[in-house]
Parts: sequence; C-alpha cells; structure tokens
Amino acid sequence: MAASSPAPGHVEPDRAARRPGYLDAVGARPLSVTARNALAAGFSEGWADPDRGHHEGRRARLLLDAARQAYADVLGCHPDELRFVPSRGDAVRAAVDGVRAGRRRVGATVVHSAVEHSSVISAAGRDATSVTVDAMGRVDPGAWRAGVAQPGVALAALQAANAEVGTRQPLTAAVEAARAAGVPLLVDASHTLGSGPVPDRWDLLVADAQTWGAPGGVNVLGIRRGVRWPEQPACRVPVPLIVASAAALEESVASASARAARATRQIERIRAEVPRRIADVAVLGDPVDRLPHVVTFSCLYVDGEALVTALDRAGFGVASGSACATDEVRAAGPSHVLAAMGALTHGNIRLSVLPDTTDDTIESFLAALPPIVAELRARAGAGSL
Amino acid sequence: MSAPPALTLDALGQRCPLPVILLARRIGDVDAGELVAVLSDDEAARSDIPAWCRMRGHAYVGGQALDGGAVRHVVRRLH
Repeated sequence: MAASSPAPGHVEPDRAARRPGYLDAVGARPLSVTARNALAAGFSEGWADPDRGHHEGRRARLLLDAARQAYADVLGCHPDELRFVPSRGDAVRAAVDGVRAGRRRVGATVVHSAVEHSSVISAAGRDATSVTVDAMGRVDPGAWRAGVAQPGVALAALQAANAEVGTRQPLTAAVEAARAAGVPLLVDASHTLGSGPVPDRWDLLVADAQTWGAPGGVNVLGIRRGVRWPEQPACRVPVPLIVASAAALEESVASASARAARATRQIERIRAEVPRRIADVAVLGDPVDRLPHVVTFSCLYVDGEALVTALDRAGFGVASGSACATDEVRAAGPSHVLAAMGALTHGNIRLSVLPDTTDDTIESFLAALPPIVAELRARAGAGSL
Repeated sequence: MSAPPALTLDALGQRCPLPVILLARRIGDVDAGELVAVLSDDEAARSDIPAWCRMRGHAYVGGQALDGGAVRHVVRRLH
C-alpha cells in the first residue's frame, strides 16, 4: 500500500483502522489523529455537566463555549444561534416542528427537493411539496420558485449538495426565491460545511458533523435570531463529542482546497474511465458542479448487492443505491434520489474517496471492476445483451 | 387507441435486475412498432424499465397499476 507524502493541510488519519480500498467516506470515516486527540482531551477535561456551577461543570462549559465559537466563526453567525443534537433526524425534526409552530397562522406546508435526505422528507410528512429535479438531480429553479410562492408554506428546505450523486443545488436562486416569498429556508449543509464556501444566507441550517470527520452523534442546528421559535427542551450532546467535532471542522476547513483538488481529480478519473472500460454504465450527477469526492454509477443488468459483495471480496468497500443491495438505511425500493432523477437504479455503486485515498487505490479499483461486472452479467445470462 | 401488447412478460416475484434482463432478452420477439408488457412488482422496475428504454432507444409507453401493488409496464420496440 503506497503511502502518500503529506501535503500542506493534509489530514492524517489512523491508517490501521481500515483497508486502503474503503471508499465510503459518505457512509463514515475513521477519525483523524486531530479529531481523536480532541475527543480524548474532551473526555479528559469536559466530561462534567456544563450547566452546573461547580468547577468541573464550568470547565466543561468553557470547552463547550469555545467549540461553539469555532462553529460560529466558520458559519458566520452568533454562537447563541447554534445548538447541537445527536442525529440529523433530531436536527431536522426540531427545525421543521419549530418553524411550523412559529408560523402556524401562515400554514404548515414544507417545500423540499425530491432528493433531500430522508429525514427531511420524513419530517415534512404529508403536508409537503416535493419539487422535481432534473436528470442530474438538480432542483428545477422555476418549480422551486412556484413551490415556495404557494399560499400556506411554513418552510422551505434544500440541501447544499446531494451526497448520493454529488450534484450541487442552486442555493443562491433558492434563497432568493424563498426570501421573495417570505418563507424561511432550512439549508442542509452536510457534506459541504468544512469543505468549501459556507452558505451565507440561511434562516436555519443543519449539518451532520460526521461529514467533516467528526465522531458520529453530533449534528449542528443553526437558527438565526429573528426566526420565530418556540422554546424547546435542549437535546444534549456530550461536550467531548462537540469539542472533537469543532476540532474536526477547523481541520477540515484548513485542508479543504487541497482535499478538493485531489478528490476532484480522482473522481474525474473514475467518471471518465468507468464508461470507457465497461459498456452500458450510466455515470450519474453533474460532472462539474458537484461535491469533489463523490461519484455514483449504475451498471445495466447487474445485481447491486452482488456487485457490492464482489467488490468487497476484492478489497473495496463501497455503497449502493440499488434496491437489490443490502443497505440497512433503505426500506423497500431503490434510493429515492436515483428514482427522482429517473436514473437506472440497479447495479448502482456509490463511491466517496477519503482525504487519504491514494491514486493507486483508484487505479486498482478501475482494474478490478470490469471483470467483476462481466462475471455478474454472464452469471445472470445477460452477457450478450 | 393503440393495439394490445404483442407479448406479455411475467416478472412477478423477480427482483432487480431480473425484470429488465427478461425484457432485454425477449424484446426481439416482437416487431418494431409493437408493444411488450412487463408485469412486475419490483419497485426498482418503475425507474429501471424507463431507463433501459432510454439506453436502448425504445419507448416507455407507461405503467398501469394492478391490484396488489404490481405494475404493468408497457414498452414499444422502436427499432
């Protein structure tokens, strides 16, 4: 396994924790050395209840406040506009329920893209408008404008980018349309926060800290002053996790451009080579206006679960949006994102490179994939179709 | 008003990618311009049969909901 020489801002992970062929950064990543050290320090110094008046509690409070200030500096907001909750579902539900309560005289409809994270679609429920997306998974600006301009809209929700296919959403146009309609906008900044420009005009914001290398269990919920918000009981995330997530965020910001350059190049290589080496593959999502580290493609006549398994045996850990792939996150049916795009959903592979994924790994993957696909197609009697 | 399908394929109980493979194997059994119906209760087929049509240059005519949650997908062979 070739070691890469550390570049400026390079994130140094613990290599012993995984195979080099682990390519599911979107699923989860091991902690970097920095994040792991911050977590340990957080548990050492910040284990007490930060609301207590004793010395131990006040020490935890100081660490919590410093972490919250670090987030506020990155997000360009006030620290008191930020809360931490354990899951994206918690953050999204709090945002949706809170705004619906505050705007109940206006209405309860939530307008969201058809490719939002499942927690948004779930929290929006039946009083929702799902705005269609194009073949690349990008929300149609005209349809979005029409959606938020309807009477009775409590909230609009849009992701900064889609982590399944990588496509970035037209946030600027979406913000303007929501403003024009007088509708607050919830931005899901997961996968983009810490990796590029920060969305600056949001009314509410959620982001899963795991997407910038923090331990799981930390999600930030931002609520601008001025958003009508009923007081809700605090959802307490342990201070050590918040401290580690802030350290990971700062490390992520510092390494963002180096990581983006490397990931963009590696993903571009995969996007170009896979259809060159394998027939009947649909590479999905915007080729340019996308998250740098993500690519999804679907192979005709291939069973997604069998493909994931075969790649795993070959040393590559990947995800899949196929219904026929084992994925505990998904209920029956294929990824709602792929379906909303009208894309081929079977034989789907989702790759996301990690900050230290090597070029050798990419080349090994590209060499391993064609014979695997050929074998699976032959086994299904589709070798000559 | 279009003619009934020249061929009906039963893919009930088959999960992806089998319904599409079945369609791909049998499309040659009808003439260009004729219709093939595929009965499928596979959720993925709703996306994948239209996607296959696009990739192979045939026309997805539509899907008719059947009792029990299955769909009768209709495809027109174009070439």
